[in-house]
Amino acid sequence: MSYRQNIQLTADKQNLKHFLSIEGLPRAMLMKILDTAETFSSVGEQAVKKVPILRGKTIVNLFFENSTRTRTTFELAAKRLSADVLNLNIAVSATSKGESLLDTLSNLEAMQSDMFVVRHAQSGAAHFIAQNSPEHISVINAGDGCHEHPTQAMLDMFTIRRHFNDFYPLKIAIVGDILHSRVARSQIHALTTLGANEVRVIAPKTLIPANIESLGVHVYHDMKQGLTDVDVVIILRLQKERMGGAFLPSMQEYYQTYGLTEEKLAYAKDSVIVMHPGPINRGVEIASSVADGPRSVILEQVTNGIAVRMAVMSMAMGSYSAPQSTSQSSSQVTSQVTKQAGGAS
Amino acid sequence: MNILIKNGRVLNPSTNFDGKADVCISDGKFVAIGEIPQGFIADQEIDADNKYVMPGIVDLCARLREPGFEYKATIASETTAAASAGVTTLCCPPDSNPIVDNPTVVEMISHRAEQVNKARVVSVGALTQQLEGEKISEMIALKSAGVVGVGNALRPVENTLVMRRAMEYAASCDMTVFIFSEDPWLKGNGCANEGAVSTRMGLTGIPEIAETIAVARDLALVEQTGVRAHFCRLSSAKAERMIARAQYDGLPVTADVSAHQLHLTDMEIGEFDAQYHVHPPLRTMRDREGLRRGLKLRNINAICSDHQPHDIDAKIGPFSDTEPGISSIETLLPLTMRLVESGDLSLLEAIACITFEPARILGLAVGRIEKDAIADVCIYDPEHIWQLNNESMKSAGLNTPFKGWEFEGKVTHTILNGQLVFSL
Repeated sequence: MSYRQNIQLTADKQNLKHFLSIEGLPRAMLMKILDTAETFSSVGEQAVKKVPILRGKTIVNLFFENSTRTRTTFELAAKRLSADVLNLNIAVSATSKGESLLDTLSNLEAMQSDMFVVRHAQSGAAHFIAQNSPEHISVINAGDGCHEHPTQAMLDMFTIRRHFNDFYPLKIAIVGDILHSRVARSQIHALTTLGANEVRVIAPKTLIPANIESLGVHVYHDMKQGLTDVDVVIILRLQKERMGGAFLPSMQEYYQTYGLTEEKLAYAKDSVIVMHPGPINRGVEIASSVADGPRSVILEQVTNGIAVRMAVMSMAMGSYSAPQSTSQSSSQVTSQVTKQAGGAS
Repeated sequence: MNILIKNGRVLNPSTNFDGKADVCISDGKFVAIGEIPQGFIADQEIDADNKYVMPGIVDLCARLREPGFEYKATIASETTAAASAGVTTLCCPPDSNPIVDNPTVVEMISHRAEQVNKARVVSVGALTQQLEGEKISEMIALKSAGVVGVGNALRPVENTLVMRRAMEYAASCDMTVFIFSEDPWLKGNGCANEGAVSTRMGLTGIPEIAETIAVARDLALVEQTGVRAHFCRLSSAKAERMIARAQYDGLPVTADVSAHQLHLTDMEIGEFDAQYHVHPPLRTMRDREGLRRGLKLRNINAICSDHQPHDIDAKIGPFSDTEPGISSIETLLPLTMRLVESGDLSLLEAIACITFEPARILGLAVGRIEKDAIADVCIYDPEHIWQLNNESMKSAGLNTPFKGWEFEGKVTHTILNGQLVFSL
């Protein structure tokens, strides 16, 4: 059987080719993403919020599932890198007309795109697209089914690092619908790879997937026990459609038991930060007083999302060394960015 | 037409015979094993020196895709592939289109197979009309058309009362019920074994209890109705234990497992490789070992291919969007022989699992090399090394995760009803 090359890395394993999942990436690569993002975070504070790194490149946002927030931050990140951006909301276009996924892709390839940012309702869709795209196209996973949402996890890591510097001493609790959450899976892989002291998941059994312990987390069903002494609380969004079915009896009961209130937050360390991938359901998974309170870093996460996505996009694009003249300039840009990154960290 | 197979090592599980012997075939029947009768003049002589001479293989479950899905494969293409793999009898589940719930479809399938004349094709009739699980089918009409039993293929009979009535009716017709036990609610839209792998990959899981709860229900109904039941495609070690217990208690039950379940686990899915998308799903190493042990202890009686050839498009897409199944008729014998190499089964035990035992489950007088029995033979060169790849495959479906596997041993001749239908 043939040896399988890590699809996410370039042949020399030094850089990103695609960004599909946190799982399978070495710690050094995650650190490189965080360091690169650090260099980009100042771009947004400048009067001219643009750098010419991806000038002349075409990035296609391929959203097979509706999303406003993630798509907007990807679009903004691409525009700040001076790339041309095409937004395709495929949930309402091609595939609903019976066009196959591969046909849609070939059409977009024919438009000479350089990168696909993909969101899809099926787990593994981003891998599938990466495996079936020509060599020069990089694929960024913007969420695939219940599998992974790696850029969200990296912006969370970025936010955590800004507050604590180091991951080793941290205890982190992820609260809510772990079963259906791609964000949780990516966060768990990122936190365990970056060496966090302890990762906990807190939810009723109906929302905990089988053998989740095998990912290196501790499972709690009780908020008091689970939140005791944690440094970071990550609240997941609870989809309304989970209510009233067999997962949860009602919103009220969920809020009472697992909703993050100030009272429950008091079990955590005083220095705790509260995170949420958004959009939040006030009074369902989190109380307004906590979401808007001093421990909340929810809006910081949104801002950081742009820098992290700029980092991932520029890294994945710089990895392409084509025979054309453009390749040289793009690799120069990457080395420039990484040099800056080294200086900043 | 007289055929003489000379100098081969005859391996016949029905008589536990393993030894060098000449085999004489005349008019579709074995006429002698050992001594060549006086006056026997062979029209055709096959030298089987250093080769195994075993009964033609009997496959309990192969989808030929005809009628209804001829864009995937046809009876002609798949029986040709079967002959090249030593398979002489294969049994189709009723979920073709039209569904095998009336005599016309049964006759159409056997007629087409007879025209091609590469393998014997028998059918399991539908247990319920249109496989809808609501009304029981015309089992007596199906039986007189020649079905080997009745079953509901992969579709569940959710209503326990309908299942009870269907079993009672089948019992009064003296028919075997072929049951694929799976709770449809616990299965949901799952596409992989529920466990560490499905959790990591975010794939909706099919838990082991989807199988065991349904096996428990169906065993209780078998006990109640007294029907002869065959449990198809076991996938978990726990289900194997339950069948073992039922057999110990004297229930008239048998079971099979597909060859790929004995070799692969859910770990193989890797980066969402759709070739490993099968139903029932690949489970864990523990299940794989339990199923192998079940074969050794004869709680699981047979190994089948669960052959499901697909067109190329069926396997292109994100994992859960692809169609489950492996084009596996050509790997049934090689994968079974690997269980001999690994020490899980003796040579005769392995051969029994794909010849004599499945023939018994189907109630057919094939799968044995005995005087006066139907002359289906598979001649096998145990030293021929080959690799499975697109070029080597005869099936119209090229969907298999075993591409690139190297096998030691290959079929050199296949004889059906005393006629040579394949030679290498």
